[in-house]
Amino acid sequence: MTPDLTTLTIPQIRKLLTDKQLTAVEIVNAYLQRIKNLDPNINAFITITEKEALSQAKSIDQKIQKNQPLGQLVGAVMAVKDIYLTKDIQTTAGSKVLKDYLPQYSSTVYQRLLDQDAILIGKTNTDCFAFGVSTENSGFFTTKNPWNTKMIPGGSSGGSAAAQAASLCTFALGTDTGGSIRQPASLCGITGIKPTYGRNSRYGITAMASSFDCPGTFGKNVADVAAVTQIMAGVDSHDATTNPTPVPDYLTELHSVSLKNLKIGLPKEYYTGAINPEVKKTVLAAAKIFEQKGAQIVDISLPSTSLSLAAYYILVPSEISANMARYDGIRFGQSKKDTTDLLSHYLQTRGEFMEPELKRRIIIGTFALSSGYYDAYYTKASQVRTLIKNEFVESFKKVDVIFAPVSPTTAWPIGQKVNDPLQMYLADIYTCPINVAGLPALALPCGFDSQNLPVGFQLIGNYFEESKLFSIGHQFQQLTDYHLQTPKI
Amino acid sequence: MSSPKITPDLLDHLAHLARLGLTDQEKLQFLPQLSSILNYFDILQTVDTSTIPPSFQITSLQNITRPDAINSSLPQPSALSSAPKSQNGYFQVHNTIKK
Repeated sequence: MTPDLTTLTIPQIRKLLTDKQLTAVEIVNAYLQRIKNLDPNINAFITITEKEALSQAKSIDQKIQKNQPLGQLVGAVMAVKDIYLTKDIQTTAGSKVLKDYLPQYSSTVYQRLLDQDAILIGKTNTDCFAFGVSTENSGFFTTKNPWNTKMIPGGSSGGSAAAQAASLCTFALGTDTGGSIRQPASLCGITGIKPTYGRNSRYGITAMASSFDCPGTFGKNVADVAAVTQIMAGVDSHDATTNPTPVPDYLTELHSVSLKNLKIGLPKEYYTGAINPEVKKTVLAAAKIFEQKGAQIVDISLPSTSLSLAAYYILVPSEISANMARYDGIRFGQSKKDTTDLLSHYLQTRGEFMEPELKRRIIIGTFALSSGYYDAYYTKASQVRTLIKNEFVESFKKVDVIFAPVSPTTAWPIGQKVNDPLQMYLADIYTCPINVAGLPALALPCGFDSQNLPVGFQLIGNYFEESKLFSIGHQFQQLTDYHLQTPKI
Repeated sequence: MSSPKITPDLLDHLAHLARLGLTDQEKLQFLPQLSSILNYFDILQTVDTSTIPPSFQITSLQNITRPDAINSSLPQPSALSSAPKSQNGYFQVHNTIKK
């Protein structure tokens, strides 16, 4: 019996292709058929690259026929968040500002994946320029959670997370500036990594907050996430913040960490206050699994956690207000026609095409950076950033890894928070501190609430300890089957 | 210190600084939203940071340089391919100096 091709993992696809039991065209067609059947109800994709995917698959099949060398990710079908530039393929950043924009070059990490024979199947929906936690800030439409289509999928990488959860791709790319990979991973019941800041190149990805942005990936399991990260990671001469720390061999290190006597820190600030009791119970049950395997659960405290969100929502909009200045409708992007002078061109172009959340964040950032308010807001938040970072660094002297919930709640109904941006921002309360510090974190599914909506937890590591997180996460997935659960759609 | 309420005048000033055209309806919608966000920021005033240096980045990298070598760049037609208006191989903008 032919297996359902959309359930295959990266190494399974590679083996079937190299054994010539399967063709890349067959894999692409299986995904295209599934997208045609399911995506009208999920709305994960802004653009489906059917023609390009089939053409790429055919050239891979020719390489296989000729016994030419094949890439590490051969035949793996990827969905890419629409803020990654893909040469000659529409890249909107989820905003009307870049509707119809055809990039002249590709982002580094996407190009590295293409070079390893991963196949692009489409560009996924996101909150405009990745500003949001639900995809409701998209300039086009809202993506639905495959587990319950009345619910948001999380965001901003909600299109990629929904595509991954609904098996519309083998793996999916996202970006995480304040939780935008981990939070939708948790709400959609899948695995996703936010690497250390500087591990993956940001080149060719529309900038949100340049000292926070982290490209990363979702996958069917930790091993697939590790395999994709292996290709994405490393120095890029086009991004001076990429770090020369060597990239380990993540796959051979998947069993390198022993759970016995592993010190796992539970920060008390992440288990009080806003957290939903069902989420708390489910996440703590996952910690028990590690304890049963000999890990030590250590209570720790990160006292500045309560300040993180405020610091984040000052610093990030400040960087946003600077980064968004480039969208003037002169070199690229939508442009208001028939304006009379340069000032009115700027005001009308930006006024007409920018979404409300874009404008709100530009205004907050402009305020925080403006004369008279700079010290009280931007400098103050930058000092708090130091405090938050130092608390994490101190904690890693006591524990090997930090274990925390990802989101205080499971997925909420579409529309519930759209008129209250502060409530939306609070969804990042357990994810954004990690971005403020620039640490890596791996989100993993660990169960369901009483409405059958997924719950996830995150493993937070010290700088450049992705390999440790993958190893611990992989062993968790050997002991559980939450990552194998799929929504009935 | 508590945050200043965002007044209509301050909002107009910020929108002008950011070159954002806002409709009257957007201003009405944003004023209370921005005020509640700013009020939330007051939590930072609860902590004394007088001796804490600011972090403007979290990477330990400094002064990253590259060889002063000439590399290929986008050809001119490609660089102009997404421009709404171009003329003689340049991006076209309104006059900035009055004749």
